[in-house]
Amino acid sequence: MPVVVAEELEKRFGDVVAVDHIHFQVEEGEVFGFLGPNGAGKTSTMRMIECVSPKTMGSLTVFGMDSEAHPREIKQHIGVVPQENNLDPDFTVRDNLIQFARYFDIPVDEASRRADELLSFLQLEEKKNVSIEKLSGGLRRRLILARALINRPRLLILDEPTTGLDPQARHLIWEKLRGLVTQGNTVILTTHYMEEAARLCDRIVIMDQGRILEEGTPQALVKRLVGDYIVEADATVEVRNCLEQHRIPFDTAGEKVQIVTPEPKLITTLLLEECHLEQVAVRPASLEDVFLKLTGRTLRE
Amino acid sequence: MTPIVRIPFSYRFGKVWRRNLVTFMRTWKVNFIPPFLEPLLYLLALGLGVGSFITQVEGVSYPRFIAPALISIAVMNAAFFECTYSSYVRMYYQKTFDAMITTPLSIEDVILGELCWGATRSFIYALLMFPVLLAFGVIDLPSSFLIFPFSLLAGFLFASLGMCFTAVSPGIDTLNYPSFLLITPMFLFSGTFFPLNLLPVPVQIVAYGLLPLTHVVAVMRGFCLGILSLDLLLSITWLAIASTLLCPVAIHLMKKRLII
Repeated sequence: MPVVVAEELEKRFGDVVAVDHIHFQVEEGEVFGFLGPNGAGKTSTMRMIECVSPKTMGSLTVFGMDSEAHPREIKQHIGVVPQENNLDPDFTVRDNLIQFARYFDIPVDEASRRADELLSFLQLEEKKNVSIEKLSGGLRRRLILARALINRPRLLILDEPTTGLDPQARHLIWEKLRGLVTQGNTVILTTHYMEEAARLCDRIVIMDQGRILEEGTPQALVKRLVGDYIVEADATVEVRNCLEQHRIPFDTAGEKVQIVTPEPKLITTLLLEECHLEQVAVRPASLEDVFLKLTGRTLRE
Repeated sequence: MTPIVRIPFSYRFGKVWRRNLVTFMRTWKVNFIPPFLEPLLYLLALGLGVGSFITQVEGVSYPRFIAPALISIAVMNAAFFECTYSSYVRMYYQKTFDAMITTPLSIEDVILGELCWGATRSFIYALLMFPVLLAFGVIDLPSSFLIFPFSLLAGFLFASLGMCFTAVSPGIDTLNYPSFLLITPMFLFSGTFFPLNLLPVPVQIVAYGLLPLTHVVAVMRGFCLGILSLDLLLSITWLAIASTLLCPVAIHLMKKRLII
């Protein structure tokens, strides 16, 4: 049975359509990613799945239950890592977990056992009696993840879990998430980091202006929408003329020209020999290329 | 489709209440000082100071006249300020409510928990002032024991009133408006430090019709001085009706603000 099913899901704020009749389905045990520029409707979608924001139209079921008819039952089995840190500053690190466990009716000795387990899982034991204000951004994020796991959720929802973190903290969170997924948890996440999506997600959707533009596995999307390899060279007039002469299609991205090809060797040789270039770069096409192709290069905010 | 009837409240509001109690008790030393100190200071300044010019007000000594007012004011301030500034901080700055509603708690549970906590704070203040006033001999037993359950009712009303302002206040600074436009006048013109009948009749009508503190003071005075009349029942009814009306309004306004 799918964990989340959305049909014709719509969310409006006054005249603004934040989520525009989208369809998607999240299967049990998968990591499902929402990608999109700021304002694409990702967070609005997350908040509807979390049963904290009512939908405007359409249908949304979580664990087979209607999100607005059974919010308590659904929320009992969801763990949420929100975009904004909302740890309780009136409590210490460990007490944040214990206090949160109460909201789920977890008995106090069980809560205390789970809190210690999670503190060790996220390497927070040394900080357990520290107040929230003294924690760095990375530690806060780890604690929020621990808090989201206190009710042993069947579904974990993470809204930009690693934004603003240093590489070490980011890798730790990725590692922990992978661990959770191998245990069979279902994860929904939003991210701006294509690398994160490519590493973690089994399936992604790319959203823009409230709509879902594409859906698939990261690899399939890259292959289908961009191609295999990208050859990059400086976007000089000579290079452009040369490429046009040889009838090779290319894109201009800033100061570079990009040529998508299944045979990078051929293009590279041509550029180096026929166009007299001194250097070219070859790299595999990535999710970032897909993203920019679909959502454009212009700034959103 | 058949409409789904869902009861928005549950026993879980107690968890919100408990969260606030836990944080309050952790700093109990500083929290317990004002209710001890305030009646002492007021009784000394107004009772002995101003009171020395006054022989009797409505048949009682001046300290005995203001003692119930002191409890009433403390009850009002405890709940009102808890559910304005403190709730606003939890709601807006700490995002505590946002975190709570991702758990099985509903927004209704959260706000009801906050209101009950506001009322509890009033109760705690009444409880702590009680021995001080008793030691001064300005309140009578056993009728004064009635102020405890009553402080919960009065506190709940001021909590609901405060929460309405919290829900519509654009920022924490704008909460100053209700506190000086409503709370300060009530503090002075609700029969607290002088009898209401000294004021022009229209003001008296406003005080009785619109200012909850007027009724709270009247009831507290009856309880503290052991004068139990039918008027008290009228005032209690007024307060009960006002609470019943304001509580759902507060919850509705908060829901409108937070559930988007």
